[in-house]
Amino acid sequence: MAKYSTNEFKAGLKIMLDQDPCAIIENEFIKPGKGQAFSRVRIRNLKTGRVIERTFKSGESVEGADVIDMEMQYLYSDGEFWHFMVPDTFEQYQADSNAVADAVKWLKDQDICTMILWNDSPLSVTPPNFVELAIAETDPGLKGDTSGGGGKPATLETGAVVRVPLFVQIGEMIRVDTRTGEYVSRVKE
Amino acid sequence: MLTNIRRFFEQRAVLEVETPLLCSATGTDPQLDFFSSFYHCAPENKAMYLQTSPEFAMKRLLAAGSGSIFQICKAFRNGEVGRFHNPEFSILEWYRVDFTMDQLMNEVVELITELLGPDSDSGEVYKVSYVDVFKQATGLNPLDFCQLRYAEYAVNNDIKDAVSLCGDDHSMWLDFIFSYKVQATLERYSLAMVYGYPAIQSSLARINSADAAIADRFEVFIKGVEIGNGFCELSDASEQEKRFDQENQCRQKKGLSVSAPNPVLQFLITQLLSR
Repeated sequence: MAKYSTNEFKAGLKIMLDQDPCAIIENEFIKPGKGQAFSRVRIRNLKTGRVIERTFKSGESVEGADVIDMEMQYLYSDGEFWHFMVPDTFEQYQADSNAVADAVKWLKDQDICTMILWNDSPLSVTPPNFVELAIAETDPGLKGDTSGGGGKPATLETGAVVRVPLFVQIGEMIRVDTRTGEYVSRVKE
Repeated sequence: MLTNIRRFFEQRAVLEVETPLLCSATGTDPQLDFFSSFYHCAPENKAMYLQTSPEFAMKRLLAAGSGSIFQICKAFRNGEVGRFHNPEFSILEWYRVDFTMDQLMNEVVELITELLGPDSDSGEVYKVSYVDVFKQATGLNPLDFCQLRYAEYAVNNDIKDAVSLCGDDHSMWLDFIFSYKVQATLERYSLAMVYGYPAIQSSLARINSADAAIADRFEVFIKGVEIGNGFCELSDASEQEKRFDQENQCRQKKGLSVSAPNPVLQFLITQLLSR
């Protein structure tokens, strides 16, 4: 993989740091009047998602990371692995539970997800921002309830639990924002 | 702003000069990287450099007896780009013959106050020595280097990267701590001057006659942003030559390009010798 010098650092560049692939969020050039210049960098570790700050000597170079984002269709899970396919090439990838992590509760067959590949193996999976899922289980609502007030927990077909308004019934489809885990609306079929 | 600067110096009888931007030799400062180009003139096709500052050309004029001079020109520094830096920038450089450092510092204040105008929230100018401002901000003595104590400070103050980065390089430790911890304390002053830099960061400045640990050099900060640097010139040819050699060695150690052999510097040294 190519090496990058600090003056090529910019937001979005993927580099290796402590053996982990990381993405640069922000790079600041620091130079004392007559002294040594530094690059102060905010970096996201793509494995853990954690953001850290690091300083490099200006001109220092770091190993680039072979990391790419790819749109993939979720196919199925065999219990151990989650299988995805690149729609254009039909190439398939299997992601383990570390890569899928929290995305698992939003994954529905045929949904298009964003997969981050590191050295051509799945590093993490981001579900679509909005998913449509059926209610598998919830308390029966009372007639006349409107969307105002309280709400109740509902378990979705994928196992995710979200708060829904009282009028939502078992078997109905709802739209959920996966970034916040919140109910958005009912979906008419 | 350019007109105001020119008027300022005209009132003080400082002569405006112009020197070449493209030179056949350039500075040796280990912290500056220069642009080089090739002059297509057979048979030599020799390398030419864009100046990192007009310093050397102007010093040759001084050595030839020009008296006080100033120049506004472009300077180029390779690889410097960021919020406060651009690889090509304008620089104002001036030299005062027979000025003391205090006189020069006062002139810098007068110039900046005049340029910023009455609109600037002109609090008083904060003048502080490097040693004092460093101690106030960190509790460390910048002249007395103890790697262990510096490292301990770094670990306790959220800059532990410094430990592996700076190692036993005293000067780099000072740069690191100054940039991260000390400079921020100057942000509340609309104009601050830090003088008496440690001798290891003297660059081309003269060593203080009373205290060999510090150099007669200062830097100017507007709200914590460094905008200039001034010093009493080294005018001893053999000392100058020694510094160039040291700096070139330092550049070689860092794997930086060395602009050798260095005719301008040779000229400068010869001129200094002939005075």
